[in-house]
Amino acid sequence: MGASDLIMYEEEFQKIKEIIGKLKVDANASVVFLVDKNGQQIAATGDIERLDCTSLASLTAGNVAATDGLAKLIGEKEFSVLFHEGEKDNIHISIVGGKVILVVIFDERSSLGLVRLRVKRCSEELNRVFQQIMDKTERDRASGESFFQSPFAEITDEDIDALFNE
Amino acid sequence: MSFINYASREINVKLVYYGPGLCGKTTNLQYVYEKTNPNAKGKLISLATETDRTLFFDFLPLDLGTVRGFKTRFHLYTVPGQVFYDASRKLILKGVDGVIFVADSQEARMDANTEAIENLKSNLEEHGFDLSTIPYVLQLNKRDLPTAVPLEEMLQALRIKNESYFEAVAVKGIGVFDTLKACAKQVLMELSKK
Repeated sequence: MGASDLIMYEEEFQKIKEIIGKLKVDANASVVFLVDKNGQQIAATGDIERLDCTSLASLTAGNVAATDGLAKLIGEKEFSVLFHEGEKDNIHISIVGGKVILVVIFDERSSLGLVRLRVKRCSEELNRVFQQIMDKTERDRASGESFFQSPFAEITDEDIDALFNE
Repeated sequence: MSFINYASREINVKLVYYGPGLCGKTTNLQYVYEKTNPNAKGKLISLATETDRTLFFDFLPLDLGTVRGFKTRFHLYTVPGQVFYDASRKLILKGVDGVIFVADSQEARMDANTEAIENLKSNLEEHGFDLSTIPYVLQLNKRDLPTAVPLEEMLQALRIKNESYFEAVAVKGIGVFDTLKACAKQVLMELSKK
């Protein structure tokens, strides 16, 4: 793994799912999801069947990246909160620990104030979990031996050809 | 930065199509989109201007099945090729796992090709990547045009590290999957080394 690779372990994944599940209820939101800054979805909860989550994740990351670029242009480090207001649904986007993006979709059953408040508390919890993941990854790397093997350690040409020959 | 989720047994890989304006990056993606089994692909998203020039990026998620029990998902992106969109181009390279450089074979575009490779190199460096080590494939597109520069000449001008290259006519689909496959292979092989 490169230094920046994110490895999600079962234990932390469960914790993250719990935290965003709680946020969804507390903030009265319809969907809550987490994306990394490269546009990969980490976890999602709520009414996600009606949504194209993969595209949502990629566009969110693009949006945040573009906004980051804007921030730097005017001398800001980042804009940590983005809010898009629609006729029915709204999107609240915030950066957690400078690394991951927390997206909350909500409608008239909630309000921006409530979402902001709940997101703030949730961010702190998420931040702690991600710190744990980083520490764990770091520890595994330092010990030189992770408790798991890369699933691709023995990948063969045939495996890859098979992927494209369906 | 590939994202490996051991909890849900998934791996997501990001591939970026790079190259000068109008070289055929979006065309590559469109062809992949058309020819992929509907179950395996997501929506093709194009953030383009009214005249179909890429403004920010095109995005196509592909679910290619499983390798060693892991669901393998490729996220294909293109960058806007036009020179003045450099700030956007840079953003898309964030966390890239592999790059496909699409070169335009027309003689008049040779300078644009070399300029774009230089640009790729410096933008990668800003993200801490090194073009000489990152998985990288060269596609020579528009080989069917009468003004196409001879193969040898193109390779001499554009090949930077003995990377695999493919002659392509992306509008007809020639070479599109070969290029993609070669890059995907390099990325997965790279993951296996870690």
